[in-house]
Amino acid sequence: MTKDPYEDLKISTGAVTDPKTTLVNKTGSWRSERPVIDHEKCVMCGKCETFCPDMAVKETDEGKVEVDLEYCKGCAICAEECPVNAIVMEKEEK
Amino acid sequence: MEKMLTGYDAVAEAVKACNPDVIPAYPITPQTDIVEKISEMVADGELTSEYVRVDSEFNAASTALGASAAGARIFTATCSQGLKLMSEPLFSASGMRLPLVLGIANRSLSAPLSIWGDHTDTFAERDGGMIQFYAEDVQEAMDNIALAYRVAEDKEISLPALSCLDGFILTHVQEKVDAFTEKEIKEFLPERDPVHTLDPSDPTTMGAYARPEHWTETRYEVHKAVKRAKDKIGEAVEDFADIFDREYGLEHSGLVETYRSEDADVIIVALGSVCGTIRYVIDEYRDKGEKVGLVRPRVYRPFPKEELNKVLEDAEAIAVMEKDVSLGYQGGLAIDLKSSLYSNGTMIPVLNYIVGLAGRDVTKDNIRKVVEETKDVRGKDPRDVEEEERWEPLRDELLSGDKDD
Amino acid sequence: MTEDKFKRDEDLFCPGHRACPGCGAALASKLVTEATGPQTILSMPTGCMEVTTTPYPESAWGVSWIHNIFENAASVAGGVETAYRAFDKRDKKGYMDHDDVNFVVMAGDGATFDIGIRSLSGMMERGHDVLYICYDNEAYMNTGIQRSSSTPIGAATTTSPAGEESLGEDIHKKDMPSIAAAHGLEYVATASVAYPEDFKNKVEKALEIEGPKYIQVFAPCPRGWRHDSRNSVEIARLAVQTGMYPIYEMEDGEITNVKEVKDRKPVEDYLKAQGRFKHLFEKDEGEEVIKDLQKIADVNAEELGIDK
Repeated sequence: MTKDPYEDLKISTGAVTDPKTTLVNKTGSWRSERPVIDHEKCVMCGKCETFCPDMAVKETDEGKVEVDLEYCKGCAICAEECPVNAIVMEKEEK
Repeated sequence: MEKMLTGYDAVAEAVKACNPDVIPAYPITPQTDIVEKISEMVADGELTSEYVRVDSEFNAASTALGASAAGARIFTATCSQGLKLMSEPLFSASGMRLPLVLGIANRSLSAPLSIWGDHTDTFAERDGGMIQFYAEDVQEAMDNIALAYRVAEDKEISLPALSCLDGFILTHVQEKVDAFTEKEIKEFLPERDPVHTLDPSDPTTMGAYARPEHWTETRYEVHKAVKRAKDKIGEAVEDFADIFDREYGLEHSGLVETYRSEDADVIIVALGSVCGTIRYVIDEYRDKGEKVGLVRPRVYRPFPKEELNKVLEDAEAIAVMEKDVSLGYQGGLAIDLKSSLYSNGTMIPVLNYIVGLAGRDVTKDNIRKVVEETKDVRGKDPRDVEEEERWEPLRDELLSGDKDD
Repeated sequence: MTEDKFKRDEDLFCPGHRACPGCGAALASKLVTEATGPQTILSMPTGCMEVTTTPYPESAWGVSWIHNIFENAASVAGGVETAYRAFDKRDKKGYMDHDDVNFVVMAGDGATFDIGIRSLSGMMERGHDVLYICYDNEAYMNTGIQRSSSTPIGAATTTSPAGEESLGEDIHKKDMPSIAAAHGLEYVATASVAYPEDFKNKVEKALEIEGPKYIQVFAPCPRGWRHDSRNSVEIARLAVQTGMYPIYEMEDGEITNVKEVKDRKPVEDYLKAQGRFKHLFEKDEGEEVIKDLQKIADVNAEELGIDK
């Protein structure tokens, strides 16, 4: 995985940045609602993954769709686009 | 090989020898002849660079910037309004630490429109993190291109460099020039070895934006690189002298040249081609036994503070004759020089003359008058000397007074 | 960050970017990288996608990426592409072959339709091998939702607000795909984030073509268009289903492959879903604007043959 770009940070020539380093920024903290997937209903169509602007919904090696709560901002596009209503949004506990 | 060359020919020959990968080109008087000449070289197969006929100076600089980011050696040329149009990408090229070498055929800025030469165009770019060379003659205009590549592409510098020659006065005048070739320049100028490139097999992100907690440090790094260029110019000028047997202010890190200034009471400080006429007038005074000399900065940014202080410290009075003015205050070179001298405790009076704007001739008589006035303030405390800049000559009969139009 | 359950190694556009929840442009960015793959150099002007993805020292990008200023992404990309041509010609060591690299621009509508049109026109005219993708969210979102020449009539923005004397934007949207096609481009297309496979296919098809290409992808902005983030894809779909944003290809200047719509919906369905058109339903004069917008959809349908 990508290393933390803030660790021992020195300004590089021209402020050039290493790739894929926003991974340190856990946008999951933005969320007020989280998607919860009903795996019984899920038909593995992949629409939630396709339409996620945050790459937070993915099919994992366990063969099911999971939400990466470290990054999910809770936009609810996945819930809206799910053709079998297998995703519901639940309020985050404060 | 010695040849008779115009300034634009000499710059084009220098570019050919340095052999850039990409040359975006756009016409503007009096620079146009440079890119025309280069286009002929490409058309005749003498130069294999990619020559890109762009739609504006803005996109000449932008195309050059993209090519430089990819790792290419680039060249483009402009002046005046064209440089203004390039200003935005150039300021950010320095921030991104991308080497770009530009030939600048110095010309005034509108309005009123004028195609003739002065230094107001490049002085307006002073704060952008670009190295600025000024040539006195055609030979130096050629040699500065090679020096500009060597310094701009140095990994520790990696900045844009403007190689300036006076529009028309140098671009369109023929002089005898010892022209270097590609083969000869190779010993002096290594292939570009970029710090970063846009390589898909090793991806990077170039041109990220910086938040307040990082921006100042980023810009400070640029500032340090511009200052570091002083030493690099010094090294480059030494190597150049070894290889080509031509030297430019060798004893002052290649930043400043002097002429009969060592024992001079009165020293004129000036940039570029006008120094040829100034040398002539100095010889006249020397023939009469009067101690007048010339100090010519070859580089305006980085500012050669220590070098100027050193060569000026024994003068009794200084005249800065410059082809630019910061409207509402004084000439840029005089402002910088006074700050440099006085902060050093060198309390010599400095008279500031605004001359040669938009191609107005600077005659021997103008220079004699400057010398005479400067002689009058020799040895005085600068605080006892009229500080206001002098526009020489100013046609008083054309001025409006306070009348309304 | 030891395990890679979510296969972050495969992402060429990474999470952690700071785009708003439900951002259409972020979705478009992901789809673009999925279609281009890693052999890509992406040039991006100033805009939402630039500032949300690259706060130093972070970057969301897994492809080579360059930003310079607002109005020159096309000429920067042209410069990069030209450099690779020079490297090929001169057999420079350490650089990939020109033909193995995708040179791509991704720019917002302000950077494309307005301030960057000179750079774009020059790049297209000179025939650089660059795919220019405009993510069209119909206003300057990064600076706070000001109108651009892509903003449709009737839309309220912060510089074309609705008011006593105003029904929102009063100038018609510029026809940018036709302007691109008029440069003699072999391939021009419109697309939508609501039809991701179609969009990705178009990107892949465009990259097969040598020379300049232009794709304009419709990318809703929940913040700017005043809709719930969950509806971003649905609104993009409605834009197509009403004929407001037809998706098609233009090959050698001829319209081809129009996405046909069965039972085209009235434009109200699209307009009502967004706060930027709300005033049109609250004011009597709004009806005329809605009629105008319906007419735009009808003309699109007729000229392009949208109706199935």
